[in-house]
Order: sequence, then C-alpha cells, then structure tokens
Amino acid sequence: MIVPIIFLIICIAGSFFTGLPFSFLFDEMVIRLARNLILVTSLILPVITGLGLNFAITLGAMAGQIALIIITNYSIGGTTGFFLSILISTPFAILFGYLVGRVLNKAKGKEMITSMVLGFFANGIYQFVFLLLCGTLIPVKNESLLLSNGVGIINTIDLANIKYALDRLIPVTKYPIATLLVSLLVFLFLHFFLKTKLGQDMRAVGHDMEIARVSGINVDKTRIISVIISTVLAAWGQIIFLQNIGTINTYGSHEQVGLFAVASLLVGGATVERASWKEALIGTFLFHLLFVISPLAGQNLLGNAQIGEYFRVFVAYGVIGLSLVLHAWEKNKARTRLREIKE
Amino acid sequence: MDLLQIKDISKSYEENRVLKNVSLSIKEGEIHGLVGENGAGKSTLMNILFGMPVIHSTGGYEGEMLIDGKPYKPTTPEDAMAAGIGMVHQEFMLIPGFTITENIKLNREKTLPTFLSKIFGNRLEKLDTEAMAKDAREALKKLDMDIDEYVPVAGLPVGHMQFIEIAREIDKSKLRLLILDEPTAVLTESEADKFLEVIKKLSQMGIAILFISHRLDEIKQITDSITVLRDGEVVANVKTDEIDVKEIARLMVGRKVELSKKEDEDRGIKDENILEIKDLRVNMPGEEVKGLSLTVKKGEILGIGGLAGQGKLGIANGIMGLYETSGSIVKDGKELHLNNPREALKSSIAFLSEDRRGVGLLLDDSIEFNIAFSSLEIQDNFLKQVGPLKLIDKKKVREHANRMIEELDIRCTGPKQRARALSGGNQQKVCIARALSLNPDLLLVSEPTRGIDIGAKKLVLDTLVKLNRERGVTVIITSSELGELRQVSDRIAIIYDGKVAGILPPDASDEEFGLLMAGEDLKKVVN
Repeated sequence: MIVPIIFLIICIAGSFFTGLPFSFLFDEMVIRLARNLILVTSLILPVITGLGLNFAITLGAMAGQIALIIITNYSIGGTTGFFLSILISTPFAILFGYLVGRVLNKAKGKEMITSMVLGFFANGIYQFVFLLLCGTLIPVKNESLLLSNGVGIINTIDLANIKYALDRLIPVTKYPIATLLVSLLVFLFLHFFLKTKLGQDMRAVGHDMEIARVSGINVDKTRIISVIISTVLAAWGQIIFLQNIGTINTYGSHEQVGLFAVASLLVGGATVERASWKEALIGTFLFHLLFVISPLAGQNLLGNAQIGEYFRVFVAYGVIGLSLVLHAWEKNKARTRLREIKE
Repeated sequence: MDLLQIKDISKSYEENRVLKNVSLSIKEGEIHGLVGENGAGKSTLMNILFGMPVIHSTGGYEGEMLIDGKPYKPTTPEDAMAAGIGMVHQEFMLIPGFTITENIKLNREKTLPTFLSKIFGNRLEKLDTEAMAKDAREALKKLDMDIDEYVPVAGLPVGHMQFIEIAREIDKSKLRLLILDEPTAVLTESEADKFLEVIKKLSQMGIAILFISHRLDEIKQITDSITVLRDGEVVANVKTDEIDVKEIARLMVGRKVELSKKEDEDRGIKDENILEIKDLRVNMPGEEVKGLSLTVKKGEILGIGGLAGQGKLGIANGIMGLYETSGSIVKDGKELHLNNPREALKSSIAFLSEDRRGVGLLLDDSIEFNIAFSSLEIQDNFLKQVGPLKLIDKKKVREHANRMIEELDIRCTGPKQRARALSGGNQQKVCIARALSLNPDLLLVSEPTRGIDIGAKKLVLDTLVKLNRERGVTVIITSSELGELRQVSDRIAIIYDGKVAGILPPDASDEEFGLLMAGEDLKKVVN
C-alpha cells in the first residue's frame, strides 16, 4: 500500500512545478490510460497463477507487431485493418504463449528471470526474421517496407492507415471512447474469468502448486493457459498502443513493453504474488502521470529536462528492484525463528 | 468381502527394494493400524495405494490390489479418488489463502454453465458458491464442527485444519477408505482425543480407515487390527485385542540381523566429559531440537537414534552452527561459540554431514583437493608462502591424499580423480579423510550409510570404529538405522520431540528401543 501513496505524493508535488494546466494533464492521462491499460492488465493472470511478473509479454508485443507489419504489407487500413491485425496476431500470440509456458514450466521458481531472458532471446530471432529473411525468403509485396537494398524491414513503419482506427471508432468526443470501452471489457472478462473453474484452478496453482497437483489439477496445463492468455492480451494491447502512436519502431517498440508494464503494475501496489485490476488501473495512472510531469518538473526545478528523464528511468527500474527486495524480505520474515519453536 | 485387498505388493527404487510381498486386507468400516519405523515402507505403500506419480516415474510396482474383488490399478491420485480412496497427508494439503469452503471443494467445485463454457469447454463454467458453501457446511456438521465456512484457513488452529482435511475427504460422496498419515502428530492431547472420537464415528458410517501412526497407545486404543511393517516386509498382521503395546514395539524394531556383537573388550572409557550440551535449541526445519541436554564422554562412541522429524539430525548441525542455535555447548571445559561453523571446526570438531553430495563434497574437484580443503581453509595447512601470497602446496596435498587413500582403502584411480565419479561408499570415505585431515578429537557423523550398499556400509562403520580405537577420536554417530547404531555404539540416545527420550546400552531389548522411539514412557509401560 505504501508504494502507490509515495508515488501519489511525488506526482502531486511534481505537478505543482510543471505549471501545466489541469485540462492538459487530464487529456494526456486519458489517452495514456487508454493505450496502456490492456498491456498492464495482461500481467495479472500470471501473477495470480504464481508465475510472478511475466516479462515475456514482450513476445506478445512481437506477435502484435508481426500482424501490423502483415496488414501494412497488404495495405489494408482502417477499422478492417485493425480488426484483421487483431485476428492475425492471435494465433501467433497463442503459439508464443504456449512455447513460453512450456519453458517456464521447466523453470519453476525462476519464472521471472527466465521470462525476461526469453524476451531477449526472442528479440534475436525477431531481428533475424525481419532483418534477413524478409525480402529474401519471405516475399514482401509492399516495397516501401523494405530497406533500400531490398533485404530487411525498415526501422520505422508508418501506420497512417490504421492510426486511431480504434480510438476514433466511436467519434463522440475527442477522447478514445472505444479504446476505453475495450479496456473495460477486458477488466470485466478478467473479473468473470476469475470466478470460473479455470480461474479458481489458477488461484489454487498460484497459492501452492503441490497441493493443486495432489488435488488433481493439471498444474502445468493451467500455467500454460495462463501464459497464453497473458500473451494474447499483450499482443492486442500492443496493437492498441501502436494504433494510437501511429508508427512502429520495428526493432524497438516491443523492447521496453515488459519493463514498463511491470513497473506500472508494481507502482499500483501489486506484488510478485498479488495483483488485480485495481493495481493495474492505479499503477498505470500514476506511472504515466510521472512520465508526463517529470521532464517538465526537471526543466523548471533544475533547468534541465534531461534530469526528469533520468528520474523516469531511475523510477522504472528502481520500483521493480525495490518491489523484488521487499518481496524477498517479507518472505524471510515469514520464516520461523528459533524462539518460536514450540516445545 | 473385503473392501480392499493388497496382494504381494513389491516395489524397488533402482536397486533398493523397499517393499517385499506386502499383503493386507481391510473390511468395510474397519480401522486398520499400520506401524513401522522410518524406511519400513509405509509411505511407499501409501503412495502406491493413492496412485502417486512418484511410483510410476520410478518403474511402477509388482503385485495386485483389489477393491470389492475387482482389480484396482491407480496411476494418478484421481484414479484413487474415483475408487473412493481419500488421504489426509502428514503435511496439511490446505491452501492458507483460501476459505474453508474453497479448500473443502478444491478441484471439485460446483459450477454452473455459462455462455463461454459452451464454446471453450467446462473449465469456463462459473463457480456456484452457494452450493459449495452448503456442501462444506454439511461435511463439517458430520464432524461436529461449528465454524463459519467462509473463514480463510490461514490462522486457524492446527486442530481445525486437520478436521477440514477430513471434511474434504468425506465430502467426496463416494469415500470408502480414508488413509490417515500420522494424523495426531501435530495435535495437542485434547485435540487428539476429539479427533479419535471422530474417527470412530466415521468408521460407524461404514468408512474404512487406514491409520498410520507411531503413537502406539493410540493405535492400540482405536484400531480393530494392526499390520506391522519392518524393512519392507509384513512381520505381523493381527487383531488389536491379541497384541499389547510392548509386543508391537518389539515387532517394529526387532531385527533378526547379524547383530555382530562386539567382542567383550574393556573399553576403559574415562569419566571425563568431552562435550556438555545444555538446553540446546536448533532451528533446523523438519528436525527441530527443543531444549536438549546431553553429555558425551571422552573416547566413547555415542549413537543418536530416533524417528525422522524428531530432531536427531538437528543436534550435529546445531553443534556445527549450520542452523540457528541457542543454549550452551561446552567442549573440553570451554564454552563453544554458537552459530559459527569456523569456530566449531577450530575447536577440533569435525562433521560428516547427512547431506553428503550437497554440503559434504566438492563433486567436481579432485579427491586430493576434497581431502585437503577444510584443513587448508581452517588451519592453514598445506600452504606455502611465496612472497606475499599463500599458495597451495601441491606436493604436500598429494602426499597426504595418497596416505589417506591407502589408510582408508578408498577405491579410486588416483588422487586426481573427481569425487563425482566415486561410488557412495567411497565418497563417504573421502569425507572421512577430510574430517581426519583436521585432526579432530570429536567427530560428528550423520547418516553415514545412507544410500550406500551393504558391503560398503560395513566398511564405513569399521572405519569409524577403527578411528575411535586407534586414534582415540570420540565419535557421535546419528543414524536412522538402529541396527548399525547397536553394532558400533557404546551408548545410544533416542531422540523424541527434540529431546532425549532415554539413553540405552546397545544390548537393551527391542521393546525398550521401540517404546522410546514412539515417545512412550518406559517406566509407565513396564509397570
């Protein structure tokens, strides 16, 4: 509980120094919430299933980007393009999630570091496919996607075709109503899901794998399903994120996804063992509020916007480190001490 | 007809035969006691009966089981549950963060179909919390438990948890046989009494009970018939009325073994204490020592025995400072610093850990380095000064290792062979050699023969006796195998519940050992 409060204080204090009008902050926060919430939400199920923070949602983000590159290749845009990319990304995400789940089942107890390294590893394959195979083995129809020598996908892809495809689907106000509605739907789905048999099984596995196994729950399968759902949500989340941004940084957009989503969730007061939609919402809000105000606060306070940027990076990594240390400390406290042994 | 018949069940783990032609049968509503020492094969038998995966991943079992005369071959716990067998494990299988209802209905939740479940299958059905709570309430009522079913299990008294486990089993509508593995071990006396009442009630409801316990008076009090296991074999299968506690204890421990009693030598042990332990407490998980006092005489071999989990392994680990320890340990009249392994080693105490591969050996280093390294670390032996640096004197190490290999008869290709390549017995000898390199006057040995074949066992034990006789090293040997303690020890202390239950000479009767290990008061039973 202490972490979100500290962040709230920092944010309130910081916003005084930015001199930004409230209406600007509000608009900015609504947009950022809309584009980040699903990515952060995708982390919740693995936490509940006892896998800790799934840094491997990077792979989900890659699935989303693969779909976006495919539809750009065929120049399909607008709402059709958006929903088609959602559809295309899903089988990729299911496959990636399954593979990640298989690996994580082999690395029980070390899921977080394994998922992080899996993200790096997959990044290598991703680069191989898009830098070397595209244009050679994999035919690319749209030549504007290729680097000038005809091999490899360009660094930055313009998504003008599907920019705001979801955000402006319901053009009532200037706000991304449809995106917020989709986020709400995902929250509702999650809420419902946790009340199903499968959700209950995931909670049981998360609390104690051994007991779940003895009770006849297929632990490995349950964990894999949890990772698959997480990866699929991440793929959709990344598509929603990028349709708002409007460009893909082909070799960079997915890299920080895991880190920033994890940091957001932790800022909201989640731990390695406990997370819900509340933490996702609060955390995304606070983390991105800090993103908005810290460069300006740094500029106004210290005459250097870069300081705010440093602070941002410091916060993202710091909150993850701190949360892991706190978790280890709590666990250590739970151990029995010598004097507690009963006669 | 008998509800369950077990016929000629045998099981080996690799070369190690843990069950030999075990047969027993249980009638409907019968309470059947199963007793035996650690390693007698009780848990293996239960694992077979309950279809635990460990059995099948190690090659299955031989023999057959019948339920109502029909063959029963469980390969998973679900098979066992489907056949009406329930089990209450020694460690609670409850999820602390779940409510009582959720625990009772774990993986047997009542559900209602939903829109999504029609597409994606029934794992997406919604939980029917009200129906679940109702079932839980009914099961608890059968046990006369008056407790709210929506309370989380965390923080409930252990007695309650035990009842919730049983409630979960009887909630399984078809429960016919309930296996209870040491159910009263964690209960207070009054809780245990209430618990036994409930067990009787269950048996009146027609549920057969297989009751595993080492509290012999309980077994005697509650069961209808008793099976005694020893070394994987059934040694007795009797009606409870026809046997008394002393006889059970004797059967449990007794060995037709080659009790190669030592030649009657005058040991001439002086009345001088090398070690005085007072009020020792050790926080070794699973083997807690709870205020133990013990004195060890110079030059003797003291055996420490007792059942697993009673704390016998905690003693040596505590003396060496490997687990959090309090109390007082006096060695040769000097107070020993606690919680400090280096200090213990410097006080000429050496330790052969029960965890030979984990703590004892550097498996990927050479034999010679393994032999030398403790002494090198602690006593600065085997070092030469070259300028400001201290380097390992390879020549000295090699000489010493060769001497040890010869003296202890370590079978290897040479001092440079890696420790991993050696057999269990020879690895143990390398551990002994390393301990000797420290020139200890007190040697603590834990489970020296665990995982070692029979031939090598004798060699290891003989080596320990030789050390004691020729070098005058005092030895404290901790072992689960009473037989080997009786072969080598001068006195044997039996540990029960973290304290010394009694000290016996090695030629005391099987009954006395059995009773002490079961925590019975010797005088009370004899009178």
